[in-house]
Order: sequence, then C-alpha cells, then structure tokens
Amino acid sequence: MKIYLKIWRQKDASSKGKIVDYTMDGVEGDMSFLEMLDILNEDLIAKGEVPIEFDHDCREGICGTCSLQINGRPHGPDRLITVCQLHMRSFNDGDTIVIEPFRAKAFPVIKDLIVDRNAFERIQQAGGFISVNTSGRTVDANNIPIRKENADKAFNAAACIGCGACVAACKNASAMLFTSAKVSQFALLPQGRVEAAERVQNMVKQMDLEGFGNCTNTGACEIECPKGISLENIARMNREYLSASIKG
Amino acid sequence: MSSLIKSSIARKVVMALSGLFLVLFLALHVTINFTSVISPDTFNQWSHFMGYNGLVQYIMQPVLILGVIVHFVMGIILEYQNTRARSIKYTKYKGAANSPWVSRNMIITGLVVLAFLGLHFYDFWIHEMTYKYLEAKPEDPTRYYIETVEKFAPIWRTVIYIVSFGLLSLHLWHGFASSFQSMGLNNKYTPSIKSFAKIYAVIVPLVFVFIAIYHHLNPITH
Amino acid sequence: MGILDSKIPSGPLAEKWTKHKNEIDLVNPANKRNIDIIVVGTGLAGGSAAASFAELGYNVKTFCYQDSPRRAHSIAAQGGINASKNYQGDGDSDYRLFYDTVKGGDYRSREANVYRLAEVSGNIIDQCVSQGVPFARDYGGLLDNRSFGGVLVSRTFYAKGQTGQQLLLGAYAAMNRQIHRGKIKSYTRHEMLDLVLVDGKARGIIARNLITGEIERHSAHAVVIASGGYGNLFFLSTYCMGANVMAAWRTHRRGAFFANPCYTQIHPTCIPVSGDHQSKLTLMSESLRNDGRIWVPKNLDDAKAIREGKLKPTQLKEEDRDYYLERRYPAFGNLVPRDVASRAAKERCDAGYGVNKTGEAVYLDFDAAIMRYGSEKALTTGLKDADDAHIRKLGEEVVEAKYGNLFQMYEKIVDENPYKTPMMIYPAVHYTMGGLWVDYNLQTTIPGCYAAGEANFSDHGANRLGASALMQGLADGYFVLPYTIGDFLADDIRTGPIPTDSEEFDKAEKDVLDRINRLMSAKGINSVDYYHKKLGKIMWDKCGMSRNAEGLKDAIKEIAALRKDFWENVKVPGAADDKNQELEKAGRVADFLEIGELFAMDALERNESCGGHFREEYQTPEGEALRDDENFKFVSAWEYKGEPKDAQLHKEKLIYENIEVKTRSYK
Repeated sequence: MKIYLKIWRQKDASSKGKIVDYTMDGVEGDMSFLEMLDILNEDLIAKGEVPIEFDHDCREGICGTCSLQINGRPHGPDRLITVCQLHMRSFNDGDTIVIEPFRAKAFPVIKDLIVDRNAFERIQQAGGFISVNTSGRTVDANNIPIRKENADKAFNAAACIGCGACVAACKNASAMLFTSAKVSQFALLPQGRVEAAERVQNMVKQMDLEGFGNCTNTGACEIECPKGISLENIARMNREYLSASIKG
Repeated sequence: MSSLIKSSIARKVVMALSGLFLVLFLALHVTINFTSVISPDTFNQWSHFMGYNGLVQYIMQPVLILGVIVHFVMGIILEYQNTRARSIKYTKYKGAANSPWVSRNMIITGLVVLAFLGLHFYDFWIHEMTYKYLEAKPEDPTRYYIETVEKFAPIWRTVIYIVSFGLLSLHLWHGFASSFQSMGLNNKYTPSIKSFAKIYAVIVPLVFVFIAIYHHLNPITH
Repeated sequence: MGILDSKIPSGPLAEKWTKHKNEIDLVNPANKRNIDIIVVGTGLAGGSAAASFAELGYNVKTFCYQDSPRRAHSIAAQGGINASKNYQGDGDSDYRLFYDTVKGGDYRSREANVYRLAEVSGNIIDQCVSQGVPFARDYGGLLDNRSFGGVLVSRTFYAKGQTGQQLLLGAYAAMNRQIHRGKIKSYTRHEMLDLVLVDGKARGIIARNLITGEIERHSAHAVVIASGGYGNLFFLSTYCMGANVMAAWRTHRRGAFFANPCYTQIHPTCIPVSGDHQSKLTLMSESLRNDGRIWVPKNLDDAKAIREGKLKPTQLKEEDRDYYLERRYPAFGNLVPRDVASRAAKERCDAGYGVNKTGEAVYLDFDAAIMRYGSEKALTTGLKDADDAHIRKLGEEVVEAKYGNLFQMYEKIVDENPYKTPMMIYPAVHYTMGGLWVDYNLQTTIPGCYAAGEANFSDHGANRLGASALMQGLADGYFVLPYTIGDFLADDIRTGPIPTDSEEFDKAEKDVLDRINRLMSAKGINSVDYYHKKLGKIMWDKCGMSRNAEGLKDAIKEIAALRKDFWENVKVPGAADDKNQELEKAGRVADFLEIGELFAMDALERNESCGGHFREEYQTPEGEALRDDENFKFVSAWEYKGEPKDAQLHKEKLIYENIEVKTRSYK
C-alpha cells in the first residue's frame, strides 16, 4: 500500500509545531500502525533526518503510553483498541492519514507527538488511593465480602489505562471519564467508602485546577475509550460529589 | 458547600437544574398556548390569570427570568472555559464519529433560541409591560386571543417561530436527557428517561409550531 | 567461593524469616526521616517497595523511564497471582507452594527465599484487597481462585485477564498516597545511567532527564534496583519496547554480581512473527492450552502447501495431523510446562513442519473443544437431534464465553477468525529468571544496593511457574525489603545527607557523559535497531530455546564483534541535550550487547539442561532435559572484570534440606 502521512512535528514544548508530509510505500496490512511509524523513522534516520518521537511501550494495549490522534480520532478509527493494536489493514492504498498529538491545554506537547500527561498523575495523587498502610497487617481478604456485581463494576472502572483518549476525544478536553473511573472504583467497594467524600472532592478539585474543560455529556469519551469505561462512572462521580458537598 | 459553586461539576448541575426548570416551564407554556387552538375563552382566562396574579407576576416571573439568565450565563461561561481547555485545535477532528452533532453544538442551538427569546420578549413581554404599566390601560380579560393570533399573521414571524422551535427541539434532544446524567442519575431507568426526554424534545416544540401554523392559516377576520 | 554469603538464617525452614526479622537491626522512626532511599523502577517490586519505605518514614526518590509509574510492564501480566490461602480447602499450604515453586524451578533456587515467598504470599492478597484491588469474586462475595499449570491446587487469584494491571495500580495508588504526603518524590521520564559508590557503599545514581537530556546527580543512603528483566535483548519478546537492563547492568559493572544470566523463560503460546517489520510479540494466555489442541501436519508436503497458501488447515484430515504434545507426553498432553511445550514446537518447526509463511508457527486448534462443548450444550438444553452446524454454533458460544477477549485480540492482530480456522502460535521470550545476585536480605554484593522483582535472580530457579512473578515482585517490595533494608540503614542514622559534589559523583557523571559522547559521535552508518535486531537474531538462534556448545561459542564471538561494530558505526541522530529516543535506545542496546555475551558464557559454562536452559548435548534419549545435580547444583554469579569475556564466575552452592531433589517428568 501507498500511504500519505501528515504528521505533527514540534521541536520542543516552546517551539511552534507544524504538519509535515511524508509518503510511505510498501506498507503491509499485517503491520501495526506503530511498526509503520518505526519503518518511517528508520528511513528518516538513514536519510540523516531526526526521527519522529512518539510515546509507546507495551505495544499490547495495556500500559496506556501510546497516544496518537489519527484522522481526528484518538487511537484511530477502530473501537476498543489503542494505537499500538491498530493495524494498517484498517486503511486503504492511497489513504492520507493525519497524525497529531492528543490536544488539551492540560496536556502540553513535549516533542512531536509526545504530550505531558502529568496532570493525570496529580489527579491520582490528590486522592486516587485508599489510605491503608502497606504492612499487610490488615484483615484477612475474605473478611470483606463484596457483592459480585459491585466487584465486577469496580473492576470495569479500574480497567482504565490512563491514556488520555477521553480528554483527546472530548470537544471540551474534559477529564471526567478518567477521574470518575478511579472515584467509581473505590466508591463501589466497602474499603473505599470510608474516605469516599474526601476523595471525590479532592480529585475533582485537582482536575479543575489542571485546566481540563467541563463535561457536557457528549459521550465521545466512552466511545473512544480503548477499555470501554462507561459514562455511568461519570454519573456516579457527579452523585458522589453532590452528596459529599451537601453533607460536607 | 462552597466547593459546590466553584467546581466544574457544580456548574454542570446548575446548568442541569436551570434547564430542567425551563423544561418544566415549557410544559406549562405549551399547555396554555394549546388552549388557543381549542378554546379562545379558556386561553383568555388563563392568560389573564397569568398576567394579573400576584404570585405569578411577582414571584414566578422573576424566578423564570432568573432561570433563563442563569442558564444563559452559565452556558456562555462553560463554552468559554471549554474552548480554552484546548488552546491549540486539531488539524483534523472527527467529532461526528463519536458523538451526535447536537451534543457538540448546544451553544449554537442555545444562542439561536436565545435570539428568538429576544423577539419573543419584545412581542409579548415588552408589550404586556407597556400595556399594564407604561400606558396603564385597564384590565381586559378578552384581548389575549386576538393579540396572539394577530402576531402570527406575517409569514416572516411564523417562519422565525418554526425555525427557532426546530432548534429548541435539537437543544432539548440533548439537554433534557443529559441533565439527569449531570445530576448523577444513570441507572436502569436511564433508557426510559432518555426515551421520554427525546419524545418530549420532539412533541413540545412540534405543538408550538403547530399552533403557530394554525394561527397563521386561520387569521381572525373582522 | 567464599565471597558469596547468602546470609540465610539458621533454624528450621518455617521459622527462618520470623527469627531473622527478630534479630536484624531496626531504624527508629525519628531517624528514618534523616535517611534517603532511591528506588529505580516502579513496577510491582519498585512501586510497592517505594510506598512501603515512605510509609515507614524514609525519604524516597523513585525513578522510571515511563511518563508514569503506572506504565511499568508489570501491568501486562495477564493470568494471576499465587497465594497459599487455601480458600478452596483443597489442601494448599505454605509448604506446598514452596515445594511447587522449587520443583517448577527445576531445583535451582534457594530454599529459604522460596519458603519466605510462600509464607508472605497470603499477606499480599490481604494487602491488595484492603487497597481496593478488584479481584474476581464469586456470588457469595468471596474471592475466586483458578488453577494454573504445574500444580495440583487452585491458588491463583485473578482480576479477569488483567491481574498485573490491577496489582500494579494498587501499588501505584499506595505510591500516590505517599507522593501526596511528600514522602516520595517521583522522577518520571528519567533513566538511571550509573550507580555511584562512596566508600564502597551504594550512595546514589546518575540519571538522565529524558525530556531535557540533562544529566542529574541523586544521592541516597541506599539504592534499590527494581528495573525488571533483560529479555528484550532478544529484540522480539513479550516485553515492552522500553524494557532494558541498563540499571541492573550498570550496577553489575560497579561491582554487583550477576546471577544465572542464561535462565530465560520462553512462553509457548504467543502470536507468531508476521514479517521483518515486527517490533514485538503478543502473548496469548496459557489458559488457552486447557481447550486448544496443538498440532502440525504429519507430512512435509502438506506443511509446504499450507505455507504457500495452497492448502487450508481445516482441509487436512485427522490422520494427517500430528498432535505432537499428546504423542510425546501422553500424561500431560497439551498442558506440559512452558519450557517443554516451547521446545517441542521449535523441534517440529525446525524439522520443516511450521505452518505460517515464515515456517515458525504451529496450530492451536479449538475445533474439538467447540464440538465437545457444543454437544454437551445440546444435551443439557434438550436438543436431541441437533445437526453438526447447530452443535458447532452452540460450541462456539461456549468458547466465546470462556476466551472471547483473547479470540478477539487474536483476530485483531492476525486478521483470521480463530473460531473457523486454528490459531497459529509460536514461543517467545517472556521472562528472565536470572538477574542481580542477592542474599537473603535482597542485598547485592554492593553494600547498600538492593535488587527486587525480576531484576534479581532470587526465587524462580531455572524456570518460573505461572502466576509467580507478581507474587515475587510484591513480596519483595511490600514485605521483605522494608524489613531487611533497615539492617543496613541502622548504621546510617548519623551519616546525614550524602553530598552530590564529591569526587565519586564527579567521576560517575564524567563516565556517563563520555559514554553518551561516544554514542553520539560514532561514524553513523547503521541505526540502533539494526544492531538490536542482529543481536536478537544471534540470541534467538544460538541462545534461545535450545543451545549447544558450538553455537554458544559462535554467539560469544559474534556478539563481541557486533558490539565492536556498534561502538564504531552506530548512528544516533539528534542531540544529547534534547528528547532523543534514539539515544535512549542506543544506551540500552549497548548494554544488551554486553549482557548478551555474558548470557552465552553462562549457558556455555552450565553443562546440563535445567528448566529454561536446554543444552542439546544434555538430554535423555527421548529428548528430555537432563540435569546434572552432581556438578551444577549451584547459582552462577558473575563478577565484572572489564570485558564480558573476562567476567569471573563465583558459585553459590544450593543446599536442599527440606525437599527431595527429583527428576521432573511429564510423560
């Protein structure tokens, strides 16, 4: 296949970036999207140019490192996968593919297609934990029975990989799905209920401080989330937040 | 409690509550208006009651105006913040792939409806205020039907009316159901609530449009 | 030989750990505030250790090359975590878990360490549940278990196919709590480039800020290396792309012995390589072998026709298929341990029976399972005269319920429907049992330098059992290091902050800068990946699933030559004082080129076959591994002496007092 690429290049955080055109021949359907970029980079290195920097690590859809906006959609056209799981057979000979970094004020570009997602870190640090010591001197695990339904829901929320596709997809660059996934996971478990009120308030406060936009319930995040995290989690966070604020 | 006012979630809840209030008001409004098609007398009676009842005039009317202002101002604030949250735009953005147009363009439908509200205020509210307070004319419980029907005589106003309610329908299509999510309601009843909200979003504006067309086609002949 | 003191406490096996904890020195809480610890790597071992240190009161600095501690490759572990909870009441115990682990490791691990691992395993589950890790539960609300290969009890706790993710996020949350309290300073997108020794003790590291390229000095009273394994030296593996040996290798070069580098786990069920462009291999869970039957064509002509696309596997008659695992190992069949299954697949493909275009794949066929489940389902739902098509449909539904997400993942990658045509699989490098040599306290041969998780060699011997890696990482971090590190730090309560302007730091930083300059100023002919791929090919061909003296000798020569070529001709574009992924890769590959040679030397030295290490010269007439307990019941610990070829071997004899050493058999 012949593929025309339009890729965002930006030297560093303070430079202005621009879209640069590349053409690739001999792209095979069995290649993953990132392997296609690997080959492009090898070509660039051979030509003496600086290769394109992009974030990636596990290449099996679980670490959440890869973060490309492909043809206007985070992680590309296929649903429920990350970029590293996207294969070139999802494209056709002669296609033009626009590749940009995830865009949000809270995710400044570091270089080329790499963005700084430390805002997510700070949200987690503000309350994404249960305040229990790591001594192991807690109660026996089976002393806390949990309804299977709640355990399953908590798991589904906890499956978030923190990639930022929700923010990238949202027209408002809102981080509600990300934040609510952690709030929800703990709100659904008895271990997490103890400090549920403080947690939701602290995490939402930090989320707002980071400059993410407001949620307007478009549902784009849920559609683009590679792990299919549900909008129910956002509703649950709203509910938790309201009750915490009113009681607090 | 103070965190409730400052946070993004609180702003959304304010949006949702003011919106739901306006939805409720629409129901009342459409009911009264519809009487103009069935029975001019009932319409006159109701209109007169609304225009001269103290509770309605001095409590409900200011609350309604406040609701509109809050909904509008908050909408603008949210839009401003949301635009700023992505300072560098995408070269290519395929919103249609993951969300309905209406949900992404509430500001457009909202502003059109707002513009219409301006006209509506001029037509009815300013007129009422002038009649009652500036010109201090006497009470006339029979004038409302005629005044209303006359407004629909010009085709341009009827068209504006139809277009505006079309956009209101779009606005409600997303906004009504969405307000429940904002307030934290998403459970097994959600599909039913959504269906109801969407039916409402179509029926209510449709009735308004029907009334407009009906009066336009059936002018009062003296 | 006297250099290696494993510091195993005396006394009965089951009491060693308690006794040891009672006897080692402690640091009082007020003094802990004056002590700094550096943790390199933030996976299960590093993350849990950092959180625990901080909670005890130490000042912790963590370093990871990823943009968040949450992205460490522990996150990709699928199956589960073992613990001797005996919740199923099926006779599990600490001893049984200990026994299974030592046996699974082919009697090449240290008894006392493994027993301690089993002893704390239950605590890990308690700890994780209280942290909110959403393990799978049954309808009664209690924790569910499943069983894994090589054992007779059900002791594996799991969270769907994402157990590693959930456990890592638990440790990450514990870290976040301490970051929030200011007790951990987290340095992300930072890579450790060297260890700094002051007066013979580990007192800091040199790290590179991967965004700015800045070289930074960080000091502490102790350094913990938890940077994972080195399997990425094979280029293609199930490791993440960034996985590297730099932290461990730099530590080795500064004096820490490297143990058993040749022990590598090759996982039998991975998606095969599809072409030269391949960058990484994806694992398909071991659980698939419960229902899938592994086969290749019986006739070479059929295999050739299949490779050329002229024949479909489904067209091959039953009698023309060779279910080689069932044929060779009738007792265990398709469920033989990983090392055995991997070697058998390689044997068939080497003989020309491979089934994909590269000839390196075998079939994992669910057809029999689909039909079996289908007929069962038809019976139980009262369908007496269902035809084949209907039964197949019912069977596919059952299989989908069990493995749906894996089948979907396979289809995404390979673009073939595994319900209709058999899956293709091939072994891939998955884990390294070898690592930095550590004593019972997890201290390396450098005082004050510790190693945890996959980075050390401690618990798995020559082969790791499924669901044991997560257990070991968390045991080291939550329950072992927090105690044992105090024994060393007790002497440091009056030391005060370690200055970073000392000669030792100057020297280490200069070494690092020189190395970077050398990389940047080589002739610039071949890219870093060029060398990495070449190294990977040598490793895979000659140090992979089976090895022989001839091949290993060649490998040693070839790797040394490749390393020389690399340093002369590598091409690193861009600048050193900038974000530069090629420079990052170059530094990592440079170290792989050294450990690769040591790996081959270790494999050559070990004249026996055990666990993941299979030497063709040492096998039974039936082709099974032949251990030599007389001469090789020891841990190889290599001391750095300049070039890898000059490394000096030290032997730690393994003593088995509580377990009878036997031959593993799966016939």
